[in-house]
Amino acid sequence: MVCHARKGPPPDGPNAGPDNTVRCNGLDFASWVRPGEPGQVRLDLSVPDIHCAGCIRRIEDALHRHPAVTSARVNMSSRRVAVAWRSMDAAAGEIADIVASLGYQVRPFDAEQGRDEADAARGRELLLALAVAGFAAGNVMLLSVSVWSGAPEATRILFHWLSALIAIPAIGYAGRPFFRSAWSALRARSLNMDVPISLAVILAAALSLYETLHHGEQTYFDAAVMLLFFLLVGRYLDHLMRTRAHSALTHLLSLTAKSATVQSAEGTHTTVAIRDIEPGMIVAAAAGERIPVDGVIIEGTSDLDVSTMTGESAPTTVSPGDSVHEGTVNLTGDLTIRVSASAEQTLLAGIITMMEAAEHSKARYVRLADAAAKVYAPLVHGIAALTFLGWLWASGGDWHFALFTAIAVLIITCPCALGLAVPVVQIVASGVLFRHGIMLKDGGALERLAQIDTVVFDKTGTLTLGRPRLVSPAIIEVGQLAIAAGLAAHSNHPLSKAITALAASRSIEPARVEQVTEEPGRGLSGTCNGQPVRLGHAAWCEPDLSVDSRTRPPHQLELCLKIGDSRVRSFRFEDELRDDAGAVIDELKQRDFRIEILSGDRPDAVAHVAGELAVDNYRAQWTPAAKATHVASLNASGRKTLVVGDGLNDAPALAAGHASIAPSSASDAGRVAADCVFLGDHLQPVVFAIDTARRARRLVMQNFALAALYNMVAVPLAVLGYATPLVAAIAMSTSSLVVTGNALRLRLNTAELRPADRTMAFSADGPPPPDHVRRNVA
Amino acid sequence: MTNLLILIPVALTLGAIGLAAFIWALRSGQFDDLDGAAMRILNDDEDE
Repeated sequence: MVCHARKGPPPDGPNAGPDNTVRCNGLDFASWVRPGEPGQVRLDLSVPDIHCAGCIRRIEDALHRHPAVTSARVNMSSRRVAVAWRSMDAAAGEIADIVASLGYQVRPFDAEQGRDEADAARGRELLLALAVAGFAAGNVMLLSVSVWSGAPEATRILFHWLSALIAIPAIGYAGRPFFRSAWSALRARSLNMDVPISLAVILAAALSLYETLHHGEQTYFDAAVMLLFFLLVGRYLDHLMRTRAHSALTHLLSLTAKSATVQSAEGTHTTVAIRDIEPGMIVAAAAGERIPVDGVIIEGTSDLDVSTMTGESAPTTVSPGDSVHEGTVNLTGDLTIRVSASAEQTLLAGIITMMEAAEHSKARYVRLADAAAKVYAPLVHGIAALTFLGWLWASGGDWHFALFTAIAVLIITCPCALGLAVPVVQIVASGVLFRHGIMLKDGGALERLAQIDTVVFDKTGTLTLGRPRLVSPAIIEVGQLAIAAGLAAHSNHPLSKAITALAASRSIEPARVEQVTEEPGRGLSGTCNGQPVRLGHAAWCEPDLSVDSRTRPPHQLELCLKIGDSRVRSFRFEDELRDDAGAVIDELKQRDFRIEILSGDRPDAVAHVAGELAVDNYRAQWTPAAKATHVASLNASGRKTLVVGDGLNDAPALAAGHASIAPSSASDAGRVAADCVFLGDHLQPVVFAIDTARRARRLVMQNFALAALYNMVAVPLAVLGYATPLVAAIAMSTSSLVVTGNALRLRLNTAELRPADRTMAFSADGPPPPDHVRRNVA
Repeated sequence: MTNLLILIPVALTLGAIGLAAFIWALRSGQFDDLDGAAMRILNDDEDE
């Protein structure tokens, strides 16, 4: 099994308790509840982290244990949980909290959202069409085989009639997806692959019906139906490919129903949906919550985690008069904020607008299959028309034979193999990636990923894990760490969390500290064994003594512990690089990629990371807009840029990149903007995704070559009039099988990713995955 | 010829039954979560 991370206790460890209460904050589940059976209500939850049998079981069992729940069902393909419960006995938030307390991110999901429904309906339609075409192809083929083996005339006529009875309704039903698409292409005065397909199928059926009526010897019913069957397989695979990861990744942004706690003039608190927030309102944001609005602080002091907005790894201290932005996380103190911008005018909304603008460049990308169709469709039509005219002339006006041959050409050239060549490879590739914890949004992304020659990394949260870790923890005494952990357990500050995590990983029981108070921007104080203890800024712990901090490298952060009157003990932290960041950069360099680091963090912090990874091109303190512009200019200069980033500040750049990858710990906007998302604490999936994409492209090209080879043999035969229905049937199925078989080779040798990395992608050896601790309040 | 008159309807009926069974399975949601079905087989629910 791949899922080690979810077994045992929730990954958050000892600080999971206080965390659970904040996890669902800011999300309004109640408004997504729908009526179900009498007395019951239903709710769909989106749980993007479900990925194994253990997850299904834990979630379903936990929900069933609640007395009010009548049914709970996990849908693994769409990463959703459908829950129904007696509305009298539980609130929506309570139900969502059950799943959240297991360590999963939970969001409400609107099942009636138009696009998703349309997607599911399209999938069902394709599958039904596939079943009908398969049924018809099988039966017509049985009848055809006996005709080919020389049935007497009476039987042949009977069999042709039977074939017509089966094939014509089946074509009418199963061909609709192609006819619709061909019609809309023709109306737009263009040609796509579906035009020759529809033409061949309709003409073949009409001609065969004519032959049947006139007791002719040959019909193409079997070829027409089989053609539809093969092409529908390709179409359905393409559909699966698009819905598979997309359901887990998109919608996150649009569907997160957020709300804010608004404080009225009389001091009462009400919950108001974000879209109804207006400038001038007073909003309260408790410690641990996400700031829901853009505004100015009027009361309270706190530390803010602004890493998603700016890439800055160290929390910033804010006090009355400072402005705050939506999307940052309030860590240590309660704040009262006066709203300065309505929901559409916030910095976050601005970033999303930028992201949408940047996506336009990506929309111009023409997928391989469409590019092939542009060449192929006119060619096929041309050859068929020439065949018709040629035979009409050569046979001295025998239009029946000329038409028959021209239709044979259309059928034999029909892009059966071509229609399968791309989707089969892409579905296999996305399956391979999926099993390695990489979720791909669509086939186009895979093609673009194969072309890249430049990789642009973000620093905080991408090259680094985005959470501070203690430097040289070995030299710290157990007793001191226990006291520090006892204090730190009371705080949401990332440095405090790093200390609790370290204590937990060493199985050190946090000391009992009483009367703990947190002073935002300074630290924590309390009493332990009768002695006053403090954990926080150096100057605050030792006010009399100016602690010498010159020895501290500028990229590190410091926390001091003072016990009683003894000397302060200093803990130093740095934002830890992902374990394999160096190795991944080296591998990318070996592949001759240009590497850049674009960060919003302080120059010294960026320089330190760039130095450690030996990357020469790095920029610090860049705004989201600057990043996106830089990526766009790289693309404009002919480079194909892969953007790897996580933060909100990276979202426009991710959207602007030729291809983009985000870790699953990324902000919502980052995940929506990226082409693929990878799980786990390692960067190795970036290399693996590129390699797989390149191999997939090679296989697609091979498949195109095979299809071309097939056409080079088959087309002359067809033009000369040798393509009998039997030849067409054999040629078509053989080429389809060859192409499919070739695509499956991608699954055979996935040894590139070493087994060790494969397990690590999901393992919980290290600290818990950041998506459960860092952005859980999102 | 007579055996054909029996066998062909039989063959078509069998095929139609298969098609009907598939359509029923599709309508009743058995194709909604293919990945989940593959995973669920690993869970033994004997403790229910």
